[in-house]
Amino acid sequence: MIGLEHYLIVSALLFSLGMMGVILRRNLIVIYMGLELMLNAANLALVAFSRFNNSMDGQVMVFFVITVAAAEVAVGLALIVALYRKRQSTEVEDLTSLKL
Amino acid sequence: MEALLFYIFAALTLICGLLVVANPFTRNPVTSAMFLVCTIISMAGLFVLLHAFFLAAVQVMVYAGAVIVLFLFVIMLLDIPSVEQRSFNLLGVGMGGLGLLAVGGIVIQTILRSGIGQGKNPQLEGATKELGVTLFTEYVLAFEIMGVLLLVGMMGVILLSKKDLK
Repeated sequence: MIGLEHYLIVSALLFSLGMMGVILRRNLIVIYMGLELMLNAANLALVAFSRFNNSMDGQVMVFFVITVAAAEVAVGLALIVALYRKRQSTEVEDLTSLKL
Repeated sequence: MEALLFYIFAALTLICGLLVVANPFTRNPVTSAMFLVCTIISMAGLFVLLHAFFLAAVQVMVYAGAVIVLFLFVIMLLDIPSVEQRSFNLLGVGMGGLGLLAVGGIVIQTILRSGIGQGKNPQLEGATKELGVTLFTEYVLAFEIMGVLLLVGMMGVILLSKKDLK
């Protein structure tokens, strides 16, 4: 029998994978994909809680999270394109103009 | 049957997720995007197992259909030259991995020890009709705000992609 814990553990592992992408990779686009993985992990936990607690609120929340993620990706990728026009690079190590 | 499907979809999700962030064969962002599609579709399978049919469809349409296409457009538009393998900062990678293991371990330990799923049975039948009714009665204000947010996002993207950004 698959219980709530199973889904939560998958969610936690997926979140860790997304965080690994954000911490260890240096390409801005792949970092963004890591962010998407983390958002998806949170979505999975919310849907699992919604089903096991007999409440529809979790699914509504996931619906909103998906919408916000879509808007966030559009804006973020536009920012990356604007940055690439100025710097000709998407590696985070080349973007150090805020460094003191 | 359900357990078997759960393990198949969970394994697919985690393996493809790992290949998104740490592919041992290539550093190409296009490969990462393709494995992200795979992750998202297997996660839609998990949503179906949780009886969230509408969200599974939305997941496939919005993520696999729109977000990934946007990613691929940007990757191919920028035509990033294949990066030379830079030397790893071993200390940084080690500390990052350690922190990661700590976070994952703490979360999983908490889940296992708190007994959060004790005596809980899957109850909710996530029918699309109920989701729609909840969305348009209890959460109608949030729904409207989300529409404004999408409009703001759209205007921001148009402004940012103008040629002479001021």
